[in-house]
Amino acid sequence: MTSYLCKGNQSSMADQVKLHGTWSSPFVYRVIWALKLKGVPYEYVEEDLFKKSPLLQQYNPVNKKIPVLVHGGKPVCESMIIVEYIDQTWPHNPLLPTDPYEKAMARFWVKFAEDKGSIIGSLFRVSGEEHEKAIKESLEMLKIVEEHGLGEKTFFGGDKIGIVDIAFGAFSHWLGVIEETLGLELLQPNAFPRLHAWTKNFKEVPVIKDNLPDRDKMLVQLKGIREMYLASK
Amino acid sequence: MADEVVLLDFWASMFGMRVRIALAEKGIKYEYKEQDVFNKGPQLLQTNPVHKKVPVLIHNGKPVCESLIIVQYIDEVWKDKSPLLPSDPYQRAHAKFWADFVDKKVYEVSKRVWTSTKGEEREAAKKDYFEIFKILEGELGDKPYFGGETFGFVDLSLIPFYSWFYAIETFGEFNLEAECPKIIAWAKRCLHKEIVAKTLQDEKKVYEFVGQLRKMRGLE
Repeated sequence: MTSYLCKGNQSSMADQVKLHGTWSSPFVYRVIWALKLKGVPYEYVEEDLFKKSPLLQQYNPVNKKIPVLVHGGKPVCESMIIVEYIDQTWPHNPLLPTDPYEKAMARFWVKFAEDKGSIIGSLFRVSGEEHEKAIKESLEMLKIVEEHGLGEKTFFGGDKIGIVDIAFGAFSHWLGVIEETLGLELLQPNAFPRLHAWTKNFKEVPVIKDNLPDRDKMLVQLKGIREMYLASK
Repeated sequence: MADEVVLLDFWASMFGMRVRIALAEKGIKYEYKEQDVFNKGPQLLQTNPVHKKVPVLIHNGKPVCESLIIVQYIDEVWKDKSPLLPSDPYQRAHAKFWADFVDKKVYEVSKRVWTSTKGEEREAAKKDYFEIFKILEGELGDKPYFGGETFGFVDLSLIPFYSWFYAIETFGEFNLEAECPKIIAWAKRCLHKEIVAKTLQDEKKVYEFVGQLRKMRGLE
């Protein structure tokens, strides 16, 4: 478990913010982006998922998963719940709309990203017929996001990025690496022109651009995961 | 201008019951429109094109979908009485975590039990079912409600499943009170609340409905 301080000193124990995560997880990056957009200083703690630290098991006994945000010693789990917590605790530069209806719309798409986005990750753990089925479901899911979620907007949040852009962040960088590892092209520019444009625009936002995991390192990691899966069959 | 509130729902839906409880807590007048979930009508398909599911709350013509999102919306719009969620960000996050747990785990594991065939499949489903409820008992601890001293967001998200317990116990051939007495004690405490007692559906009616669903799946 390695840790290092990010951006400035911690003022007191009560304010101390720690983020437990793994270097390539898109769920962890959702939290990093939220913290950076708010300018909240934090300490990052790298966790080994094959050898989970006692601290992680204590902070997230139910799921034992990362990310976990620990604020003043109190843990918050589940990436998008953490993002809403950050938005409420540090209310400047709001990530959620203020209007209750727009807020409900944003939460709808955050939930969609949570419930349906994982279909893409599942592509690693299946082959044959199940793989074909997962590809079909992934494309259907992308179509819904393109047409109903994004529509004519530049960002899901409108003119600036918001909580929904953060929720779909994995499409911007991680999806490309997954596609390359598996030899697929899911987010074709002709089929999904708006979503494709969004991935470019999203990655141009300075906070996002400066906070993405190394692509080459990710390729090595994902290739390893896929090989392990295929070898186990 | 008076608020126009319409709820598209299905009587047996535990997700719909959550919204009905929330609306009653806030004293909101609304038009209830029963949906045929086997033959979905145009209004449902138009207001929830992505999921085509109940419940849908339509407030002054604008639809809100997903039960827990609807409950949060109701809490924010009608904010002057009976708060449904804690205002403290940490407690709010904690409540959302557990409501999310109920959403992700309880429905799925319940369905596995009532759609299971006798034997190994059922035993595996039951084992997982008890595990989920034991985790919930752990979270409840010695508190009267998940929300602490009073009925809260997590209680609201879970209590509608009580309507389905009898059906699941009967088809699954087990007694939940024997395995998870704290959960049953908690549920009975919630039922003392008039709004909850009035909203929850008759367990025998639900049992008949689940029987129908099982027949439709060729399980009877």
